[in-house]
Amino acid sequence: MIGSGEDSGFKKSNTINRRMFIFAAAKAVVFFGIVGRLFSLQINENKKYLTLSDKNRLREARLPPVRGEFVDYFGNRIAKNLTVYQLHVVPEQVEDFKSLIVRLKDILNLSDSHLQELIKKKNKQKPWETLIVSENLTWDEFSKINFYLHELSGARPVLTVGRNYPYNDTYTHVLGYVSEASVEDLVGNEIIKERNVPGLRVGKTGLEKALEKELIGTNGVQRFEVNAYGKRINQIDFKEGEQGKTIKLTIDTEIQKYTQELLNERAGSISVMDIYTGEIIAMNSSPSFDPNLFLYGIEKNKWKEIKKNPLKPLLNKTVSGLYSPGSTIKPLVALSALENDVITTNLKVNCRGHKHPLELYGMKYHCWKKEGHGYMSLQNAIKQSCDTYFYEAARLLGVDRLNETAIKFGLGNVVLGEYFNEKKGVVPSTKWKKDAIGQNWYLGETLINGIGQGYIQTTPLQLCLMTAQLANGGHKIYPKIIFENNQENVETIKQKMKFAEEKNKEDSNLLSATEKLFKKGEKTYDALYRNKENVKFVLDAMFRSTNEIYGTSFSSRIEDPKYQFAGKTGTAQVKRITEAERELDLKTNQIPYKERDHAWYVAFGPYNNPRYAVSILVEHGGSGSSTAAPIAKKLFKFVIDRHELREKIKKKNLATTDI
Amino acid sequence: MFLQSSLSEKSTFFQKLRSLDYIMLLTILIIGIISSFAMYSTDGGELRYHSESHIIRFVVFFTMMIFISFINIKTWHTLGYLFYIIVLGLLVWASLFGITAQGSQRWINLYFINLQPSELMKIAIIICFAKYYHRIQIAHVNRIRNIIIPILILIVPISLVISQPDLGTSILIALSGIIVLWLAGVNIKYFFYSSLVFIISAPFVISFLKPYQKLRILTFFDPDKDPLGAGYQIIQSKIAVGSGGLTGKGFLKGTQGYLEFLPEKHTDFIFTLFSEEFGFIGSTLLLILYAILIFRILKIGSLSRNFFGKFFCFGFGSAIFIYITVNMAMVLGLLPIVGSPLPIMSYGGSSMLATMIGFGVVMSAKIYSRQLIS
Repeated sequence: MIGSGEDSGFKKSNTINRRMFIFAAAKAVVFFGIVGRLFSLQINENKKYLTLSDKNRLREARLPPVRGEFVDYFGNRIAKNLTVYQLHVVPEQVEDFKSLIVRLKDILNLSDSHLQELIKKKNKQKPWETLIVSENLTWDEFSKINFYLHELSGARPVLTVGRNYPYNDTYTHVLGYVSEASVEDLVGNEIIKERNVPGLRVGKTGLEKALEKELIGTNGVQRFEVNAYGKRINQIDFKEGEQGKTIKLTIDTEIQKYTQELLNERAGSISVMDIYTGEIIAMNSSPSFDPNLFLYGIEKNKWKEIKKNPLKPLLNKTVSGLYSPGSTIKPLVALSALENDVITTNLKVNCRGHKHPLELYGMKYHCWKKEGHGYMSLQNAIKQSCDTYFYEAARLLGVDRLNETAIKFGLGNVVLGEYFNEKKGVVPSTKWKKDAIGQNWYLGETLINGIGQGYIQTTPLQLCLMTAQLANGGHKIYPKIIFENNQENVETIKQKMKFAEEKNKEDSNLLSATEKLFKKGEKTYDALYRNKENVKFVLDAMFRSTNEIYGTSFSSRIEDPKYQFAGKTGTAQVKRITEAERELDLKTNQIPYKERDHAWYVAFGPYNNPRYAVSILVEHGGSGSSTAAPIAKKLFKFVIDRHELREKIKKKNLATTDI
Repeated sequence: MFLQSSLSEKSTFFQKLRSLDYIMLLTILIIGIISSFAMYSTDGGELRYHSESHIIRFVVFFTMMIFISFINIKTWHTLGYLFYIIVLGLLVWASLFGITAQGSQRWINLYFINLQPSELMKIAIIICFAKYYHRIQIAHVNRIRNIIIPILILIVPISLVISQPDLGTSILIALSGIIVLWLAGVNIKYFFYSSLVFIISAPFVISFLKPYQKLRILTFFDPDKDPLGAGYQIIQSKIAVGSGGLTGKGFLKGTQGYLEFLPEKHTDFIFTLFSEEFGFIGSTLLLILYAILIFRILKIGSLSRNFFGKFFCFGFGSAIFIYITVNMAMVLGLLPIVGSPLPIMSYGGSSMLATMIGFGVVMSAKIYSRQLIS
């Protein structure tokens, strides 16, 4: 049939089969190659690709950490977390964003500027990211949203926690406040960076900032399966975060509130301290502001108002305000002079009033009292706060020896350490002036230094510490604001101080002066004096200043021994008084506010068994005796009345924490 | 010989039915069922658009294949050139009036189906060459005339498809044609020289490619260079296959597919999805099914008494093999990503239609294996 092609067909068939065979062999090789590739991907490298696939599909959403709370000495919560009602929108799930927003605007009465901000925010983020429409809804608004929810597709009412300060402006300068984490916060603090989520609130000032590490808590973690577009499909896993530590302060809210009442919106500061344990019982800077305002971003005009207030509510005056201590330094000058044996208690100085001021190298140094004090002993000079006497005492003492004593008693250094933005202040010395100003020291500067004017600058808390360390008999204490469980009771402390006193006597006998110089006054309860009698003398003089006629704070005394206190007034000039002004002898309210003297009062009580030290400052308040000392009268009554309660709760505090 | 021929001419319907290749039918059916499940999975475990129309197409075209089986192989031989010319006409039609989608004009709207003529050309070129070489004696194969004409037959549709542009299909058409040339006995030196020319001219050819095609080829060599752009498909595909492991993640549990990380999971990357869910074992089994299918086709070809059937079966079997390996090598990261569907498995009516026509002709070659064509 194929005919002559028979042979050719056979040949052709052979060629085809031969070539097909070669090709089939190649096919087998390729098939095995593919199986080999499958093997290498699915068996050998399976783990690698499984991880990659999980990395693809699983996303972790970190929930905001729950912040630790603050409680006062009695366990009252002074900074807590409240349930907050918020409204979230996920733009991706919204059919018509514009109409939704308009609808929400109607329901919630949102402002146009808020609306524009929302739209701006929405355009910046990814469509599946949550947009917080309103951070703090009232219950009414929240229920309204829930009522209309069926017509608001994509809107999500959310319950979350927000910071709340129930005592409003009472604790502002102690606790500070929280607000949304800024770029600086993230850059400056590793922990914030690590735990940051959108909308995270972090401490901006005060203890909220200083204790951020303890307070912040850990993030809860939600693990989600997401698709290739990052959209959440379902939740795989949920790990709850740990709340930050609760921090107990040594402060008594009632006293803290009372100090605020006493300052009554005037610029100033009050601190109350336990002279044995160093616990700060109240620490107030006035005026204050409501930290709750900052939680969701403060309104511009309110912020302006706070910022522009001439009484400086933003400044924590207790630790960051620097003032001349005025006459409150006098007990310390007296102590220093006695300790250094430059005067005896018998030294008498004649104060002859403004007509016969002390003169030195042509400069005149006046006592505050126009008609003069007459012949003054050291005791009377403290009691009646005679400037002339202290010019003389300071002249004899010299600035460097005063500097040494002042630093020992806590001036010129921070009191609480790292918690606040504390100022060290200035305790001048010849060396200090050379270094800081580059000039030699003048004797005249020593004189005004002796009455707490000139270069010397202190914070109210430093003066409180100074008073406390005098009142406890001259022993070193370390102030604290955070309650410590493992603290000693007061009796033990007193014994330890006694022991330190004995040791101090021996040291003085041994005359190991050089060693003393370096070591003394560093350890808790170390004696800060050479001779205990000198401290006793100064305390006695302070008692007379308050409780004897002619004493500068005699009119503020309390006779009941339960409340009886001893103190020293101070009236710090804020400018140099000219001769003309001296002649005029104006009343405080006749002088412009900014030029009025600062009123000081430092005190301790109850006198026969001292326990508390206070320092009171009223900026531009006039004289210490007329403005500051009366505050102390009220304050001591209040503080001592709460003493029993405090001791009781202390026992309980220590007992419960022992278990 | 004469006797046999008259027998085949007069064989009854039942005899024809009996001589169908049941192993091949069964293999196609199994692959079809597997593909239906895979398509069901791409629809997220619901019977939706893709899975539904894929199943309907499979059933319709499978039935059509059996009808084609009963058409005498002689008829295919007679209509060989006509078929080629019709498909070529459709290609021209497509490039003039076709539907454009994803930047490529390759479909003709036939109202009940969007036909992609380039897929049919994969079959037509084999039928056309099978007929061409059927009559040419082995001694004449390497004559210049017999080299030039097939090259023209091949180049015309290829250039039409490239201009659509559709690089993947044009390469597959070229390979389908070249296989038949090789089987027909074209001198090895021609293959050698032309591949040499191709390699040398490749850089120039690449410079004429569309930017996206160039990018695909360049990313193949370094997919991690642009992991979110052109390299994305290769990387995600490898992750899907690799994470499948020995036994796979389980039916409907492939996360890469379900969570939309796989691009074109219905079409070119269907094997990736299957491999993620059924693992090494499943993939190997599918490969074995394809191997059986190809083996059967080649077997039928070797038993065919006429050269047309032989050429077609060998050509088509080899072409199927090439489609499979190109697709798999592509999704496994061994070849650059060029559009090439996996026969039977991939979603796509024209590809399914062409493949089933091919199977039908093979089956007809089996039934009419003793048919002699002058």
